[in-house]
Amino acid sequence: MAAFFMRRFLGAILVLIAVSFITFVIFIVVPGGGPHGTAERIAGKNATPQLVIDIEHKWAFDRPFYVQYWKMMEKAWHGLVGDSNPDNKLLSYTTQQDVVQQIKQGIPATFSLTIGASVIWLFFGILVGVIAAVTAGRLSDRAITILALVGISMPVFWLGIVTRYFLAEKNTWFPDGEYVGLTANPVQWAYHLILPWTVLAVLYIGFYGRVLRNNILDTINEDFVRTARAKGLSRREVLTKHVLRNSLIPVVTLFGLDFAGVLGGGAILTEKVFDLHGVGWYAADALDKFDLPPIMGVTLYGAGFIVLLSVLVDLFYAYLDPRIRPT
Amino acid sequence: MADERLLEVRGLKVQFATEDGVVHAVDGVDFALDRGKVLGIVGESGSGKSVTAMTILGLTRDVNTRFEGEVIYKDRNLLDLPENEMQQYRGAEIGMIFQDPMTSLNPVYRVGDQIVEAIQAHEPVDKRKARRRAVELLRQVGIPNPESRVDDYPHQFSGGMRQRAMIAMALSCNPDVLIADEPTTALDVTIQAQIIELIDQLKDDFNSAVILITHDLGVVAEIADDLLVMYAGRVVEHGGKRPLFYDPQHPYTWGLLGSIPRLDRPRSERLHTIEGSPPSLIRLPQGCKFRPRCPHAFEKCLEEPPLENRVETPGHLDRCWLTVEAKRAVRDETIEGGEPAAA
Repeated sequence: MAAFFMRRFLGAILVLIAVSFITFVIFIVVPGGGPHGTAERIAGKNATPQLVIDIEHKWAFDRPFYVQYWKMMEKAWHGLVGDSNPDNKLLSYTTQQDVVQQIKQGIPATFSLTIGASVIWLFFGILVGVIAAVTAGRLSDRAITILALVGISMPVFWLGIVTRYFLAEKNTWFPDGEYVGLTANPVQWAYHLILPWTVLAVLYIGFYGRVLRNNILDTINEDFVRTARAKGLSRREVLTKHVLRNSLIPVVTLFGLDFAGVLGGGAILTEKVFDLHGVGWYAADALDKFDLPPIMGVTLYGAGFIVLLSVLVDLFYAYLDPRIRPT
Repeated sequence: MADERLLEVRGLKVQFATEDGVVHAVDGVDFALDRGKVLGIVGESGSGKSVTAMTILGLTRDVNTRFEGEVIYKDRNLLDLPENEMQQYRGAEIGMIFQDPMTSLNPVYRVGDQIVEAIQAHEPVDKRKARRRAVELLRQVGIPNPESRVDDYPHQFSGGMRQRAMIAMALSCNPDVLIADEPTTALDVTIQAQIIELIDQLKDDFNSAVILITHDLGVVAEIADDLLVMYAGRVVEHGGKRPLFYDPQHPYTWGLLGSIPRLDRPRSERLHTIEGSPPSLIRLPQGCKFRPRCPHAFEKCLEEPPLENRVETPGHLDRCWLTVEAKRAVRDETIEGGEPAAA
């Protein structure tokens, strides 16, 4: 098991290096646009000749590519590890803000949104999937199928704006956007997040429900389910201990990656619509301003979460399914 | 004691409503099973053997299934039992093992835990005791090192070991009847004989009765007392093993006997096959269901023959219009080089 863990962990590090290198290529090597193209782009709209020269020096654009790559990485983890050299800061030249610091500030909102929404979508996704599978072919199954399709098909920005308009602005039943810190006021924290949680969860509930329903219907025809019935287990025991246990395994993979995606700043639309100043909001804001350093920072941050979560998913997978456990 | 009747199936019919029409999976099956006996049910795929077995355990129950007839187990008709009572019979009174041991165990649970689960489904014993019994059962079915193997997962067992574990699980609550549905089909030939022998031996150890379902007459030849030959959902021949092997009455049985490879025949000889394939169970042929494939069919076969005793041996029933003399005269061509009729 330790060897398996090590192998997976080393693999993750390799993936991270590859992702960061691709980011490096996309943002720094490819752009071109004249001798100072990359530096001008990083400088943003306020570029002065002096700033461009300054950036070229700080990002080591006058040196070989591996030094440039190293400089970029130094900036990416500046502020995460103890590096006090201010020259190594990943700075947004448009806003003069420290990108790593900004991402850190966005984390509470993003994590609150993600964790809350994922609890909701996992709970209801499983509930809906089980109900649909158990009543397969009957009215409730069909109703759930249609609702799931509606849920999957509704764009988050549309649903978000509509709910915000009707439930927070036209009727003021809910606060109109923005994030309140959990430690500052837990009640207001939850109150402010109910709408974004729900809106974000709706998409996934439909999707998870469909996936789980089909997994269950596949598993129900497995021979070992027949064995379980032949042993004299009740319908309920067969369903929970044998059918559901096995059907949930693929859902774990799905959940790990979706969760990581949203945690990594992927809920750009939800955060934007509800004015939650999280990582996704920060990325959207930077995109608006064509401000490259924050976009690079968020890309690396998101990739880090996806890689980390996929390692966790693999480990959890090995726990759930002994067949893939190394012996 | 020797003749204690455990199970009696009377006029059993099972029909599945499907989108294409009603499937007559089982269409009139009668048999009885006494303690200590082995009943072999033989037939090709789709003949209704498995459906018969699963129906005994109530595993074919569904909104789209219709039943007729009776399944009497110790004076109670299992077909009439509500699901929660039927549940108490499954595993405890009647145990069942299945064709494919590779897929019949849940891959995510330890073998021992799956046996413990079966024990605890019927008996109020704690986990430690149940586990000790699981180890003992694994030892009885011939798993080496049961103390450590009990914690293995199914994928760590070979096919033969998995089938042994299945047998251990099926016997864990001491059922009086063990139904084995093609228990050796998915196994190596060498393992097949071991499993059959094991079933026969455990039947004596547990003082139970066995229904052995197979499409391979060679498998039942060793241990069965009575044989039931099924075709298209009905019994075409029923009798003791010896009369059925040495004086088979139904052309379908001849075909099955003829298609067993034999060591006493030249290898160059082609193996006999039964021409054609089994009929659709939705639109069954008129009269004798074997008529379209039967080389000896004549006009009378358009009317369905009843299952009756036509030979001197009592209890040997068949479903064929040919006279006993005619049968004995023509069948050896089919069984080719088979044993001459004993009678």
